[in-house]
Amino acid sequence: MADKKIRILIAKPDLDGHDRGAKVVALALRDAGMEVIYSGLHQSIDQILTTAMQEAVDVIGLSIMTGGHLTICRKLFARMKEEGLDHVHVVVGGVIPKQDVPKLEEMGARGVFPGGTPFSEIVAGIQALFEPETV
Amino acid sequence: MGVARYIRDEKDAIKEVIYQSGIRVKPVYGPQDLEEVGFDYGSDLGDPGEFPFTRSLHPQGYRSRAWTTRQYTGFGTPRETNERFRYMIAHGQTGLNVAFDLPTQMGLDSDDPQAEGEVGRVGMAVDSLRDFEIAFEGIPFDRIGSGLTINANASVMLAMYQAVAEKFGYKKESISATPQNDILKEMIGRGAWIFPVEPAVRLVGDTIEYAMKELPRCNPVSICGYHIRESGATPVQEIACAFEIARSYIENVTARGIEPGAFVGRFSFNFNVYGNLWEQVAKFRAARKLWARMLREEYGITEKKKLFLRGLFGGGGSGMTKQQPENNIMRGAYYALAAALGGAQTTALCSFDEAYTIPTPRAALLSLRTLEMLMDEIGLRDTVDPLAGSYFIETLTKQMEDKIRAEMDRIRAMGGMIQAVATGAIQREVARQAYEFEKALQNKEAIKVGVNKYTEGDEPEVELHAYNEAWAEKQIAALKELRRTRDNREVGRTLKQLEQVTRDGKNVMPALVECCRAYATVGEMTGVFREVFGRWQEPSLF
Repeated sequence: MADKKIRILIAKPDLDGHDRGAKVVALALRDAGMEVIYSGLHQSIDQILTTAMQEAVDVIGLSIMTGGHLTICRKLFARMKEEGLDHVHVVVGGVIPKQDVPKLEEMGARGVFPGGTPFSEIVAGIQALFEPETV
Repeated sequence: MGVARYIRDEKDAIKEVIYQSGIRVKPVYGPQDLEEVGFDYGSDLGDPGEFPFTRSLHPQGYRSRAWTTRQYTGFGTPRETNERFRYMIAHGQTGLNVAFDLPTQMGLDSDDPQAEGEVGRVGMAVDSLRDFEIAFEGIPFDRIGSGLTINANASVMLAMYQAVAEKFGYKKESISATPQNDILKEMIGRGAWIFPVEPAVRLVGDTIEYAMKELPRCNPVSICGYHIRESGATPVQEIACAFEIARSYIENVTARGIEPGAFVGRFSFNFNVYGNLWEQVAKFRAARKLWARMLREEYGITEKKKLFLRGLFGGGGSGMTKQQPENNIMRGAYYALAAALGGAQTTALCSFDEAYTIPTPRAALLSLRTLEMLMDEIGLRDTVDPLAGSYFIETLTKQMEDKIRAEMDRIRAMGGMIQAVATGAIQREVARQAYEFEKALQNKEAIKVGVNKYTEGDEPEVELHAYNEAWAEKQIAALKELRRTRDNREVGRTLKQLEQVTRDGKNVMPALVECCRAYATVGEMTGVFREVFGRWQEPSLF
């Protein structure tokens, strides 16, 4: 992936409209050299996956502030399996209580970045997903 | 998060202080500063209670009346919410501010597939008048006013509030409700919009016109600089956007042949308190002055009470931090102080656990006590506008005023607020501000205690409000029961009538009240608007 830009869809699932964090992270990832697509608000899981396929993204970044992250992610990962989208990485940000981080990771999230995570950590966390594994 | 930027030398002496609004603060102020900004007591301040109301709306400020406290409350089913309402009132709260869950705010019934996982989560679930009957049971409508924090379908909730009050035996002329009803700010920040800009603003206009004729004690709109600031705007942009939004609503109603003086006196505002103390105080003082001036100079309104910038100054959610959450108790107290020094008429405070989720009763009560302490114990009721005459505060108030005015001019040069929202120009600017601020925080030019200074390792555990999935089941069961037992022919008739007036461009409010009385659901009523108006397509921002 060294010379290819990482393409990421920043997505706001379901009804919540608090998108300050999503937009700020979108701008930070863009400044870090990634190609960022922003879904806009009120996206169903299927709409997010359709956009992800159409835009051929490498990563989906979900921003969830309502506390509904477990329900939403469970649905998302089930649908991704059905659609054969397992190769797309999913990272999650927003209001995520500490005790839920391992639960999200167990479901398949490749990175969980609760509100307040420094940009550098988010950028590094996403870039690390594309580094060849060292043996 | 909203604090100033500080440039320091190597010995930690502060070299530059730059407020979010771009104002550079000097180390010392004196009489020459007032001279420089052209300060004049008569025209810039006037006595409290006198035009332009910089000092206060009332001659004696809090001496004659303490602020109204209105903690944002609502979760689960109407039953849980009613219990919390009564709890807060029993502990001295003097108004209500109702939180609705997202399905309700988006006009979806609790059993809508899109509502799954969200019923009763961030506010109370409401499907029909039956829910309001439970939520407001035992609330003295003639004494306690209610803020209804809902926007896209605020018309539905205002109609339902009237219907429930009448059901309880109150005259509609006696009830005091403040639906938030500010859809333009919802499109800039907070995001609970449904319909395209034009019909969405028409619904705001319909409620304003209806309230003017039928609900004389209601404030049909609460224009929220608050959420625009929560989204990243500076305090200057917060006020400027709010006033330009207000202008859009005024123009929608005057285009119906109604004089602004007939309704604008019932407008209210919601402004934010987090950030630098002095900047907030100056902001509130400048805002009162500018609003009165705008109404007098541009709309020819002279009656004193109609020039009042009334509203809620409070909240401060974006200032609260997840890190060291108990710090938010102190932080909230300082925000409350800013609101009091700024002459807030009504207030509310985000609770210390709200960076995580909605507050526990203990946290909500702490917020209320914080507000009560200022009024009853610390001395904020002693004398009106205690900071008046300070070289610094008066200079800053003038500077804020000039900046807000310039920002308003700039928005109008963009074609006005409706245009700026439709193209996404404002949203882009606000997102950029949020990003710049976040960068300042990460490179430590802006300091948040516990976040980027005086940090500790693991956060202490705090007791949090827990979401109960059984609430959704109960709510859905009650909704199904309602659909079975109500007079469905009457529901069909009233919805049909709503559709007709909506298509004909008539005021939707009388038809909505009838729908509510027939126990039509929020999803059904909003569904009529969805059918006729369609959905807003957000402009692309990036």
